[in-house]
Amino acid sequence: MATEAFQKIYTKINSITKATCSLKATGVGYDELATVNGKLAQVVKIMGDEVTLQVFEGTGGIPTNAEVVFLGKAPTLKVSDQLAGRFFNAYGDPIDGGPAIEGTEVEIGGPSVNPVRRKQPSELIATGIAGIDLNNTLVTGQKIPFFADPDQPYNQVMANVAMRAETDKIILGGMGMTNDDYLYFKHLFSNAGALDRIICFMNTTEDPAVERLLIPDMALTAAEYFAVEKNQKVLVLLTDMTMYADALSIVSNRMDQIPSKDSMPGSLYSDLAKIYEKAVQFPSGGSITIIAVTTLSGGDITHAVPDNTGYITEGQLFLRRDSDIGKVIVDPFRSLSRLKQLVAGKKTRKDHPQVMNAAVRLYADAANAKTKLENGFDLTPYDRRTLDFAKEYSDKLLAIDVNLNTIEMLDVTWGLFSKYFVPEEVNIRQELIETYWKK
Amino acid sequence: MATKGKVTGVIANMVLLAVDGPVAQNEICYIKTGGDRLMAEVIKINGAKVYVQVFESTRRLKIGEEAEFTGHMLEVSLAPGMLSKNYDGLQNDLDKMEGVFLKRGDYTNPLDEEKIWHFQPLVKVGDKVGAAAWIGSVEENHQPLKIMAPFGLKGEWSVKSIVAEGDYRITDTIAVIVNAEGEEKQLNMIQKWPVRVAMEDYREKPRPFKLLETGVRTIDTMNPIVEGGTGFIPGPFGTGKTVLQHAISKQAEADIVIIAACGERANEVVEIFTEFPELVDPHTGRKLMERTIIIANTSNMPVAAREASVYTAMTIAEYYRAMGLRVLLMADSTSRWAQALREMSNRMEELPGPDAFPMDISSIIANFYSRAGYVYLNNGEAGSITFIGTVSPAGGNLKEPVTENTKKVARCFYALEQERADKKRYPAVNPIDSYSKYIEYPEFDNYISSLIGEGWLEMVNEAKTRLLRGKEIAEQINILGDDGVPVDYHVTFWKSELIDFVVLQQDAFDDIDAVTPLERQQAILSMVTDICRSEFDFEEFLEVTDFFKKIINLCKQMNYSEYKSETYNNYVAQLQELVATKKIA
Repeated sequence: MATEAFQKIYTKINSITKATCSLKATGVGYDELATVNGKLAQVVKIMGDEVTLQVFEGTGGIPTNAEVVFLGKAPTLKVSDQLAGRFFNAYGDPIDGGPAIEGTEVEIGGPSVNPVRRKQPSELIATGIAGIDLNNTLVTGQKIPFFADPDQPYNQVMANVAMRAETDKIILGGMGMTNDDYLYFKHLFSNAGALDRIICFMNTTEDPAVERLLIPDMALTAAEYFAVEKNQKVLVLLTDMTMYADALSIVSNRMDQIPSKDSMPGSLYSDLAKIYEKAVQFPSGGSITIIAVTTLSGGDITHAVPDNTGYITEGQLFLRRDSDIGKVIVDPFRSLSRLKQLVAGKKTRKDHPQVMNAAVRLYADAANAKTKLENGFDLTPYDRRTLDFAKEYSDKLLAIDVNLNTIEMLDVTWGLFSKYFVPEEVNIRQELIETYWKK
Repeated sequence: MATKGKVTGVIANMVLLAVDGPVAQNEICYIKTGGDRLMAEVIKINGAKVYVQVFESTRRLKIGEEAEFTGHMLEVSLAPGMLSKNYDGLQNDLDKMEGVFLKRGDYTNPLDEEKIWHFQPLVKVGDKVGAAAWIGSVEENHQPLKIMAPFGLKGEWSVKSIVAEGDYRITDTIAVIVNAEGEEKQLNMIQKWPVRVAMEDYREKPRPFKLLETGVRTIDTMNPIVEGGTGFIPGPFGTGKTVLQHAISKQAEADIVIIAACGERANEVVEIFTEFPELVDPHTGRKLMERTIIIANTSNMPVAAREASVYTAMTIAEYYRAMGLRVLLMADSTSRWAQALREMSNRMEELPGPDAFPMDISSIIANFYSRAGYVYLNNGEAGSITFIGTVSPAGGNLKEPVTENTKKVARCFYALEQERADKKRYPAVNPIDSYSKYIEYPEFDNYISSLIGEGWLEMVNEAKTRLLRGKEIAEQINILGDDGVPVDYHVTFWKSELIDFVVLQQDAFDDIDAVTPLERQQAILSMVTDICRSEFDFEEFLEVTDFFKKIINLCKQMNYSEYKSETYNNYVAQLQELVATKKIA
């Protein structure tokens, strides 16, 4: 960013840590941007005339006589229709070789939507994956993460969901993404001929960690432009939010803050909520839906990052390899979409909620039967039927390679019910049994 | 002359001010920056150096900018016209704000000063009045609201003049009171009260004893809460805290319901905004929104205001209690409130307590819960605040500071359990770990016996024992196998499953099953108890499983049917027939 003539240049830095530097300066606003020898930095603390700056790409090589210039504004993004089809870095500068964006400059991380101006989400997002559409239906304006171990194919499933969902824009925010995964997404988007509705903000593992902190706000500022100004349905993909939280903990550590659980800053909940709560359904028809990824360590959801995330998001999706069928499935026990009741049985067929619950209950019975089997006990005929049911249910519905519409999903499930059970074993309202039970 | 200050430091939403005069702890000030006025509260004073927490974003705030102190603590304005309102944590009327996005420094009047109310005086000239004495009444949404003498009023006062019955604005003077020294006060319909101070103008606070019916069987039947009682609902995410809380707030037999959405999801508040104006109060037949006030400080709104929001909600509750009304206050979630305290304590560089929470977290929680309660007012009438808070324990681990400290003070404990939620046994309240202390109060026993008849608590305790026994046997069966235990064990196990499926589990999304009136709860428990007390004749365990599954299915169909309808009676008949096939006479 060019230095303008009237700006005051400071050249005396008092102290430098790995991520921050401090100097004496006046007339500086909180959250304001600055450059330190050309590197972008942000004001994180002002105490009297001493200003502390967080340098995004790290302080390596910064001398005590570095030139510091305050820019008089918080981080911004230029928004216009030109964003579509482009790839940017964490500062919103193009990385695809294309021209700079012309548009209105807006501050990122802007204000929250007044809760009374929100509309209740009520539009189903169909993905074709029954583990999602049948058991954990997604709705526009929802925010939901995949909880997955690093070895699971979460980016592929997320990409699938994004390509199949009917949306106007897909905005990908990549944080600490491997270059390989970045190329995967780039390739997929280009080949699907969907490039004009894609926007990417990318921080790969090759980029400085602290820069990641700008990615979600950049992506969501672009999303707000299309959702508010253009009344579009925007889907924002954020991967991986655990890497984002790691960057938060680095900064708070450098700032000498007392860490709370798992070395994360005490403000982790509010920091994550500020991002996820940008998901919204506007009355004008525009919406922002967020699908994120939170990687886990060995499936541990009690770690501070997945734990706080779970309290903020409207459900979570778990992937699991099912050894009985040799496929990855959407785990029906641990996955949950909190907004599903807004559409299940209302925008879908009315038997949807009860069918969904009954199938999961029977699947749970199968899990008990499996434990019995593993412990060497005899199985009852009912146990054996649940096991057979579970295997077929897993293969025909839970597997991530399924692509059906919701009516087909319900019909397949009723078919499995009547194949393996009698009506009183499924505990569904009598009138639904009379309509849908396959004789 | 108001004290002024200048900004000398900024760290996130904590700001340091250098002041030129006297300042009180918790005093409110406004910092002027770039055309905005940011509200802030004093949290620490060190000589002329004052630490304030700002209730807004501090972006672009500069050193040297000015602050003006107001001379009062954070307070709310109380008057008729608050029902059905949506406030933020500082009692700004959200509907009066312009634009889709919240604007920094946009403060709106919580009251409507132009609205006309029909006022009826309750006192006459010469009558003695004390603090919170009823001097008149107006009707709002069919609720008889009282206009009261100022809260915290000291000494003996008498009515010098009072207006005649008629139409007035809340700002009109409706009475003049005078004390022995001849000092006069002009009263209108507005009260102001600092939110962090408990309003204690009542005669006494007895132990609460009256059942607060919620229509949720696992609460009313198994672990009842009472008018003026306190309870809390801890649970890992995804176990149904919010669904249970919404069910209680929809169905509870209260006059006023106040919902403090404290640091939770905005879409959950939107659900209330959207559904409550449509839903009907099962007790009065009027729209739920008419009796509801929402304090929405969702997780993306400023943290300091989140901390204030629970106090704002409690103070509004105290206002209605002083009118002799039954108030239900729900706070979701108190953990977010505690986290807000933690963030600020961290910025002030205080020595941390457990999990980096401030050391005084236990007394803060205890003081807050103790503001609830059943009270006899000075005029002999009764009012109550029932408080139910949810707790979001980190990692689902109940051994964390907020849960532990809440457990010390709340009298009802509804433990939501991951395992039950995974099995879709909703509401996922663990029947064995949960408790209600009120069930042990003789006052409650007397009250419930007069309401439902003798023997109710014995049936409840018997059901609890059966559930515990069932759990023990399930563990034995898991170790020894189905064939490794006597057939009797299976019968005992399935009797506990019957109680679980028919009494405890309830479908919050089914129109009929969602609300169970007390009379029907009594019928259900009696029916289940009858079956449990019966002896059955079985050859082998498979027969037991088969038999009880059929019974459970019939009972569930019954729960889904209109009470005492033809379908319902039909199921009753089928059930009796089925039970008779195996029952030993």
